[in-house]
Amino acid sequence: MRQTSGEKVFSVFNYFLMFILCVVMLYPIWHVAMSSVSDPVRLFTERGIRLLPIGDLTLKGYELVFQNPNVAIGFMNTAFYVGVRTILSMVITVMAAYVLSRKGPYWNGAISKFIIFTMYFQGGIIPFFLMVRAMGLMNNRWAIILPVLVSTWNLIIMRTAFAGIPESLIESAKIDGASDFRIVWTIVVPVAQATVAVIALFYAVTMWNTWFNPAIFLTDRALWPIQLILREILLEHAAVTAAQFGAAGVTEQPMFHLLLQYSTIMVVTVPILLIYPFLQKYFISGVMIGSIKG
Amino acid sequence: MVLLNNKSNKYQLQATSAQLSESWFKKISIDWKKYWPLYMMVLPAVLFYLVWLYGPMWGSLIAFQDFSIRHGFLGSPFVGLENFIKFFESPFAFRVVRNTVMINFWNLVFGFTLPIIFALLLNEIRNRYFKRVVQTITYMPYFIAVIVVAGLLVNFTSSDGIFADITVFFGGAPTNLLARPELFRTIFVGSEIWQFMGWNSIIFLAALAAVNTELYEAAIIDGASKLKQIYHVTIPGIMPTIIILLILQVGSIMNLGFEKIILLYNPLTFETGDVISSFVFRRGIENAEFGFSAAVGLFNSAVNFAMVIIANRISAVLTETSLW
Repeated sequence: MRQTSGEKVFSVFNYFLMFILCVVMLYPIWHVAMSSVSDPVRLFTERGIRLLPIGDLTLKGYELVFQNPNVAIGFMNTAFYVGVRTILSMVITVMAAYVLSRKGPYWNGAISKFIIFTMYFQGGIIPFFLMVRAMGLMNNRWAIILPVLVSTWNLIIMRTAFAGIPESLIESAKIDGASDFRIVWTIVVPVAQATVAVIALFYAVTMWNTWFNPAIFLTDRALWPIQLILREILLEHAAVTAAQFGAAGVTEQPMFHLLLQYSTIMVVTVPILLIYPFLQKYFISGVMIGSIKG
Repeated sequence: MVLLNNKSNKYQLQATSAQLSESWFKKISIDWKKYWPLYMMVLPAVLFYLVWLYGPMWGSLIAFQDFSIRHGFLGSPFVGLENFIKFFESPFAFRVVRNTVMINFWNLVFGFTLPIIFALLLNEIRNRYFKRVVQTITYMPYFIAVIVVAGLLVNFTSSDGIFADITVFFGGAPTNLLARPELFRTIFVGSEIWQFMGWNSIIFLAALAAVNTELYEAAIIDGASKLKQIYHVTIPGIMPTIIILLILQVGSIMNLGFEKIILLYNPLTFETGDVISSFVFRRGIENAEFGFSAAVGLFNSAVNFAMVIIANRISAVLTETSLW
């Protein structure tokens, strides 16, 4: 189809706008990436837009981050929380989504309403906090995992995906004598693997980025996920950071403060940024809207 | 009574109640025999909801108590509406409700419309490779942790940050922008847009992809310009999606997340930045005023719930699209 001249102007303008948008979206992380390998002293004095590293390239920041025992413990804890949470959440969510996607069971409608109601009304943070306390889960790793095992949104997305699987596929497996439990893991999950992968990614990312529940439930630093260490480095007083990194011999060199901030952000953020583009084409299946109805 | 509410069994209404309950019990026992393995599989999820979501709902009764940890949920005395009265008589009530509504309002105006406009524009990009790159880049901020976003904001808005440089370029004086109450909402909403615009556009892109292409062909035959096609075909095509999301958004207008707020605000910006949820957090978890803050939280949940119902009702009447 021929484009009118007005449409051509629009098209050029549109590409330009999208380009500008990408620059705006990308710049903050680019700024951090470039700063994280810059000369630590000049980071304090030089201002303005930073498109390239300033001064001599240095990996000193990353060296300090990886030498720091708090960061190492934080990473180990985060790995534990993300791993255990993702596995448990997936097992529970997949099973529940499969059941609720079946048409037969009498109680399915009631169970769905019971679950969806919680999207519109919650008890609130204070009763939640007191409940975790009353259960004796303060300063316990499970306080970070158990209260967030199922995300209603994820459950509903998965239910919708499973509902699209042809009934005949499941029926024929039943005739072959497979139990429902077997059918879920050998037929349903492989058929809907795109959605399953996206939901697993959502569960893993939210746990990787979580900080609030750990902040209110964990006082023992040995249990802290990396995000809490990061909070100290980024948002609390420089003195705290100096004390934090004292072990790495930075106390007498506060000039490393900014460099450390930048390199820690990179270390915590890059792993996720490397994973999500691979699942990007499945995101659309992960947000289908019709799913929240009913 | 369960039966009377069940539409599929209306014909049984003429039967006596004894017969009713008998046939109902028969029905659920057959159902159980047939489906018990499925019920076992959904049990962990049901237990999860019962404990972690319905538990706190019962727990929110402490809003009517003079709650203390020592006496516990069962032992603390009930004080009626005292906590609620204390909140509404305090100078904070107006401030936090106003801030919550204002921040959400601006977030609704920009945070809701920009993803739609972005999706419409992106949909017009014909180069598939370029389109994919734009998508990857604009989804990225969604995956960045709140802590990092807050850290970056503090860095960029400080008196020697990038925004201060821009101010200086235009002849202003460099200041710490996060210490200026008049800018807090702008910074907050701006960062929300940065973080979620790309991600929130996905749902509209999905809706756009589902619009029937024959409608476009018919419109072109009728001589409709690009703009007219968007107005008469594209927008009506994605309208149900827009409305459902709008109901959800309006319904959560009082339910502003506090994670980013409590990382960004400080006593200097409480005047414009302190919202209901951050107030509940500060008074409840930091100051341990449990009964009082639970009351504020319950007030928030109740208003929120009412908003969902009202928004859904209005939409059902006006547009025949609704959540339930």
